[in-house]
Amino acid sequence: MTAVETSSSERVTGQRLLRREDPELLTGEAKFVDDLAQQDVLHMAIVRSPVARAKIISIDTSAARAIDGVVGVYTGRDLKDLWQQPMPCAWVVTPDMKNPAHFPLAVDSVNYMGDAVAVVLANDKVIASDAVASIEVEYEELPPVLDLEESATDKVVIHPELGTNTSYVWALEPDNAKLEAAFSSAAHVVKGRFVQQRLIPSAMEPRGLLIVPQPYGGEYTLYSSTQIPHILKIMIAVTLGISESKIRVVAPSVGGGFGSKLNVYAEELLAFTLAKKTGKPIRWMEERSENALATVHGRGQIQEIELAADSDGKVLGIRANLLADMGAYLQLLTPGVPLLGGFLYHGLYDVAAYSFKCTGLFTNKTPTDAYRGAGRPEATFAIERGMDLLAHEMGIDPAEIRRRNFIPKEKFPYSSSPGLVFDSGNYLPNLEMALEKVGYSKLREEQFQLRSQNSKKHLGIGLSCYVEMCGLAPSKVLASLNYSAGGWEAATVRLLPTGKVQVVTGTAPHGQGHETSWAMIVADRLGINPDDVEVLHSDTSISPHGLDTYGSRSLSVGGTAIFMATGKVLDKARQIAAHQLEVAPEDLEYQDGNFSVKGSSEKKMALGQVAFEAFTAHNLPDGMEPTLEATTTWDPPNFTFPFGTHIAVVEIDEDTGDVKLVKYVAVDDVGNQINPMIVEGQIEGGIAQGVGQALFEEAIYDESGNLLTSTLAEYLVPSATELPNFELGSTFTPSPSNPMGVKGVGEAGCIASPPAVINAVVDALSTFGVKHIDMPASPEKIWNAIHQD
Amino acid sequence: MFPASFEYVKANSIRDAISILSDDDDAKVLAGGHSLLPLMKLRLAAPGTLVDIGGIRELSYIEDKGDHIAIGALTRHHDIEHSGLLKESVPFLSYVASLVGDPSVRHRGTIGGSISHGDGASDLPAAVLALDGDLVVEGPSGERIIKASEFFIGFLETALGQGEILKEIRVPKITGGWSYQKFNRRAQDWAIVGVAAVSVGETKVSLVNMGSVPLRAYATEETLKNGGSIEEASEKASEGLQPPSDLNASAEYRKHLAKVLVNRALTETLAQ
Amino acid sequence: MQISTTVNGLSHTNEVEARTLLVHYIRDVLRLTGTNVGCDTSSCGACTVLLNGESVKSCTVLAVQADGQEITTIEGMASESGLHPIQKAFQENHGLQCGYCTPGMVMAAASFLHENPSPTEKEVREALEGNLCRCTGYHNIVKSVLAAAGEMGGAR
Repeated sequence: MTAVETSSSERVTGQRLLRREDPELLTGEAKFVDDLAQQDVLHMAIVRSPVARAKIISIDTSAARAIDGVVGVYTGRDLKDLWQQPMPCAWVVTPDMKNPAHFPLAVDSVNYMGDAVAVVLANDKVIASDAVASIEVEYEELPPVLDLEESATDKVVIHPELGTNTSYVWALEPDNAKLEAAFSSAAHVVKGRFVQQRLIPSAMEPRGLLIVPQPYGGEYTLYSSTQIPHILKIMIAVTLGISESKIRVVAPSVGGGFGSKLNVYAEELLAFTLAKKTGKPIRWMEERSENALATVHGRGQIQEIELAADSDGKVLGIRANLLADMGAYLQLLTPGVPLLGGFLYHGLYDVAAYSFKCTGLFTNKTPTDAYRGAGRPEATFAIERGMDLLAHEMGIDPAEIRRRNFIPKEKFPYSSSPGLVFDSGNYLPNLEMALEKVGYSKLREEQFQLRSQNSKKHLGIGLSCYVEMCGLAPSKVLASLNYSAGGWEAATVRLLPTGKVQVVTGTAPHGQGHETSWAMIVADRLGINPDDVEVLHSDTSISPHGLDTYGSRSLSVGGTAIFMATGKVLDKARQIAAHQLEVAPEDLEYQDGNFSVKGSSEKKMALGQVAFEAFTAHNLPDGMEPTLEATTTWDPPNFTFPFGTHIAVVEIDEDTGDVKLVKYVAVDDVGNQINPMIVEGQIEGGIAQGVGQALFEEAIYDESGNLLTSTLAEYLVPSATELPNFELGSTFTPSPSNPMGVKGVGEAGCIASPPAVINAVVDALSTFGVKHIDMPASPEKIWNAIHQD
Repeated sequence: MFPASFEYVKANSIRDAISILSDDDDAKVLAGGHSLLPLMKLRLAAPGTLVDIGGIRELSYIEDKGDHIAIGALTRHHDIEHSGLLKESVPFLSYVASLVGDPSVRHRGTIGGSISHGDGASDLPAAVLALDGDLVVEGPSGERIIKASEFFIGFLETALGQGEILKEIRVPKITGGWSYQKFNRRAQDWAIVGVAAVSVGETKVSLVNMGSVPLRAYATEETLKNGGSIEEASEKASEGLQPPSDLNASAEYRKHLAKVLVNRALTETLAQ
Repeated sequence: MQISTTVNGLSHTNEVEARTLLVHYIRDVLRLTGTNVGCDTSSCGACTVLLNGESVKSCTVLAVQADGQEITTIEGMASESGLHPIQKAFQENHGLQCGYCTPGMVMAAASFLHENPSPTEKEVREALEGNLCRCTGYHNIVKSVLAAAGEMGGAR
């Protein structure tokens, strides 16, 4: 591992430091949003549509109003004049993108099961729940559109005012002539059609909020279980027409997000509006079955990919075509999510000709949006399944086809045909390490043995090599994608008078351990103890600038901002120390928290002393401002490109179709690592989520558009019993795009694992002539695949 | 999620409970609550009164009665799983109990509750069927014994009359082999299909989640009795049955699974 | 209805509605908010507490059913001398990320290790089958419980 710059003789970064977040989470002391005490609070509950598509004929709220303790009942009509703007979508991906107006409460029609139609305020949450149950809504049901291909026909148009179900068509076609030539000259062309099923993100903490109006100051404090306190604040101001200066958003302890809390939700806007209307604090906590309906879903795509290869299996061109399910409306980033994968359908292979097209389509289902990986798991799945199809067609080993196509080390920084510049990569040793770790050749022998014994137990080995783009993002690149925000991150580093350090970050952690890692970065740079570094975050009045946590951005963008702000503080401290010690700044050395004059062991000054001098300002260089603090807003010059190899081994029971994941090896390269323990945790959790997609999870709707998997009894989040231990390894290829050489790790596991598992399943079933199986590969699907003719 | 309002009555004795239940047809018995409370929270059930029999300690026991084992209705899955007596005399039942739900569920759920609920997808009703157990019930007009094979009538419907409470489950000691094959995708879930096989004299086979009630695989048993092979008997596993099609499996796949699992269960049972 | 309980060693007598779930009694009446609610169907185990020393899902028990009984919540695990060995093992083995499932995991583990002080990895996985975690992939949770078993004297 290449070292991150340090002033510490005992390097802090790279250590497996235990998390400072843990004691309060382990003792129940941590406060999630529903744990916050509040006097005189009203409880909000929502009446949701039980049907997929209908006109609202009438809403009878009289029984609810009659319940003792019910304070108010509001329908969409009651509130419709209070919205300045429809619910926000921040990503207009094409100039002619169709975006139906969508308000926090439906007014005349509902367009998915779970669409909010009325809201209750009551003195008690049980009463609110009773009131919801007593409200009668009459619907005139309309035929729903549930299937993507059917949606594209426009036989039934969901939003008549748009005239079509197509929200947009987005294409990336750098050189069509070159692509045509690649396909016409190809020795092999393989095609795949893969379904990326809808997923329910299922953070263990459902969403929730508490809004507290300050009646005299006119300020509102919104506590929300969100990944994006900063973005949420701006969006509330814009959507509700409230001055941004009156809004404070706090994300307390947040119980997981995975992209599903990277949004501006109807309930946040409703609670804000009702708090304004009533002047009372309002609390809302989502129930699990509501979460399945009212929180965004992930994936939901039909992918077609074609690979053209020469007679050696070298891929010459790739054509990818997507139908992407938007759901009923566009949420904050809905249309952009599939496009985040649009640059990566060639994976980590050197492919000269490329095209990608995505059609965003409306359906009468819960809106989709970011879910861990957001576009990159889909792209990785398509190319990694495609590579296996090619290997199978040519009769060569899946590892070999990958070796032949990797972007060679010498080509970095690599300009990809879709137009990205991959920062750094060294793919071959990473693959070889994974193969070695899993015992690849021995497994192949074992597989051969079982097959030759006609065993009913089938072993499958699946490879997945991935590269992803994370560290969202260079602001100029976001501008070119028409995303309506930047991608920078802000940090302030402040020396307190006692010599302790305060870090203010714009990142908003919800399980990632930022407090620990950010303190490590600062401690290393300053050569001090990480315990002396305090990290403040997730409160817009403490950390006013920030763009929050998603897209594996926090370390490479937010961490870099901290690293650079710390450098500025150190530079100023050096000026002060030089002034006090009466030497030139360049004559000072800095190590382990002390400035000392080169060549003299006596003349030195501790950082804490410098901090105190900066605070008293009694003796500073002429013209220097008091206090020791610096702010950096870092806009990254490029994405970062982590990569790795994951190998899954499955066993399939031919008689039942039962599939067991028996071994899993992951070798990831996320650049330099700040805390390898946290890195491993991120990878492991990501793997499990991807295995969930590959084998267990699917949001299933019936033919009328009812969501059948609305509880955790039906939506199969895997438990410890269904998963093996994971065997991890690392290679280290630092990113040149930031001074710490870090890349990002939040989504890697989840990007890599679905194709590894499905490639293993298909490998196991290859003796039955099975070429593909869609996710989740349930026992019944596997059994059907074995017995298809 | 909150249940709708109800009256709560704590019964101090089984007579006490029976008298409340006989007077109130909107009343339901609450034991461990692990079948009823989830339904009430989803408001799929809203009884007017809950009669809590959980405090009647004398209904929790596992006793050796010579030719059979008597199990009090309030005996928890956990106790059945860990009972030395059952592990010795009816290890099959301990094993089945160990696969119900998860450990926390097994700390609360009771065998009487599970059987009275009569869910065709539950493990223990099918286990008691395969054991050909006797169910002792007490009601306003006294005590009676219902054969397990006559207890499960329809979807969540049992032979319990108004005011009747299941008091004791009697199961024979197992002299021969046994097997329980539970097929599911996650360990905590209900069986997609389950098969119980027990040899006490002759071999009895029951099926989980192959219909609206727990079922005996009579055609399979008959085939075996007439000297048919395990293969032949397994082929009859789902004869005449109409298993459900749901999120986890189609009816056709369930029929197939039943054959495979019956085959495995019989192979294991008859090998012992 | 009036109920009396002993929670983390302290006696309480409170008035509750019959339909109050144990978890809501613990969180809303006693204001012990370490116990979390993650689902409606007894599937996730976030609400796991000890009832008379055994793990239960407090969303599937009525508060009135706990009348006269002893309850331990996550707040009752650490002592003046520091974290409970299970809590310590979770920190040392990075057995938590967002921490929402963690109190339930710790309580389920406590109940399990009491019953089986020296478990195998497979037994730990089975013991946690009713507790869902979305962050860790369970790898480090399993490691934590095995480490705690070792620390508590039951290492195999």
